[in-house]
Amino acid sequence: MIRLSHVYKSYPNGALALKDVSFRVNRGEFVFLTGHSGAGKSTILKLLFAEQKPTTGEVRVSGYNVSTLRVDEIPKLRRRLGVVFQDFRLLEDRTAAENVAFALEVTGGRGDTIAARVTRVLSQVGLAAKSRAYPRELSGGEQQRVAIARALVNDPAILVADEPTGNLDERATRGVFQLLRDINAGGTVIVMATHDLDLVRQAAYRTIELRDGGVVFDSVVDESDAAETAGAE
Amino acid sequence: MRLLAREALLSFRRAPLLSALSVTTIAFSLFTLGLFGLVAINLRQELRGLEERVEIVAFILRGTPAETTTLASQDIAAFPEVQEVGFVTEAQALARARAELVEFKDAYRDLQVNPLPASIEVRLKEGYRDAATVESVAQRLRGFEFVDDVRFGREWVEKLDHLRNITGVVGLVIGLAFAGVAVVIIGVTIRLTLLQRAREISIMRLVGATNWFIRGPFLLEGALKGLLGGLVSVALCYAAYLLFRDWGGGTFAGLIFFRPEHLLFIVLFGVLLGLVGSLVSVGRHLRNV
Repeated sequence: MIRLSHVYKSYPNGALALKDVSFRVNRGEFVFLTGHSGAGKSTILKLLFAEQKPTTGEVRVSGYNVSTLRVDEIPKLRRRLGVVFQDFRLLEDRTAAENVAFALEVTGGRGDTIAARVTRVLSQVGLAAKSRAYPRELSGGEQQRVAIARALVNDPAILVADEPTGNLDERATRGVFQLLRDINAGGTVIVMATHDLDLVRQAAYRTIELRDGGVVFDSVVDESDAAETAGAE
Repeated sequence: MRLLAREALLSFRRAPLLSALSVTTIAFSLFTLGLFGLVAINLRQELRGLEERVEIVAFILRGTPAETTTLASQDIAAFPEVQEVGFVTEAQALARARAELVEFKDAYRDLQVNPLPASIEVRLKEGYRDAATVESVAQRLRGFEFVDDVRFGREWVEKLDHLRNITGVVGLVIGLAFAGVAVVIIGVTIRLTLLQRAREISIMRLVGATNWFIRGPFLLEGALKGLLGGLVSVALCYAAYLLFRDWGGGTFAGLIFFRPEHLLFIVLFGVLLGLVGSLVSVGRHLRNV
């Protein structure tokens, strides 16, 4: 589903964000990306949804090669991904249901099926009763659930989450994490960047730790990647 | 398509002040352009009136037989530039002088012999009333043996030429300047809307909306603002026209207004300006998101 091979990313100011990162994520996996701020977690996620391109190396996501992706192909890739952020990124002047429907409307979803799909996905995240509430009327955990519902409504194969519990209290964190686990149980690949080690310890999911832009630990070492890295050296 | 229209209209509701401001600025830009256009078409109308008076007069040697001048008149009438040829006999010339030159009435009355020669008066077709053509026709008239002298008020015709050129150039320069200003203003207002909706756009991109889908509402918004601005400017132009026509105490009674195709052009030009302004602005913004 996802494959990074010898990825380097440097910024115009010369800073090196990623150094020779290689890993592969298979169907059905739940992967934590951990590390301190600036370790490169967010950069990897940005590569996954083609917000950025690698300087060198190859990034493959759901059959698309991000390194060589044309501008008009980016939307196609993004429709196969769901993305969730720490700050929710909801539209304040739209209700929960409208925020979710927005993702369908702007990607050309059929008008007559939108309402049903929105209701289904809001039920899935446990917010069916609050579909008409505006973001300001919802708690942080509820807002993140709306954001997750929006990410799910296009039935993505992969859900990318950048510190999704970073702004939430402990209880809301547990709730959102459980929701992500349920979504993963349904077959969706989840790549979640977090620095909440308690959360990482709660579940026996694969963990990739980054430091200064390089992978320093991977709880599941893919043999083909290991061989590739050895070969390169 | 419905979503496109809804999003475009929504921006009017979300930022009514900003939208009103952009429509007003477009309207005033086009209004200024329109006013200049009105001046130009009226000036052209007046010039056409003056041009019609451009006349070449060939004075005929005394004693030339009438048949000769009649035949020559027919030849001259066949020149491609010539609209009309008239023949003025010596007696007619004197009668005209008596009627038109009142201050010399006494001098003409006491004459024993008519001093005025007969003449052939030539008017040119529209489009041939410039200095070069007038000169060339005059030259050909001089070629006739019985023609004594040819007059056409050279300076006057040249001034007319000059005036015509100046109006054209000034109109073009001012028109282009205002079109440029309108494009910039529309670009700025669309850019403000874009900044206001930056969050929405970033989410659209994130969930996989295509660039054209994102641009659509903004382009429609720009076009709509241009359309509204164009319509308002046409109304303002008409108001200004009525004001001048009725207020000038008869001086401007003969003013003419735009023809329907001119009006359509102004409105379509507004739409075009709106589209160009938003396209430039959106293009630049989307590259930066």
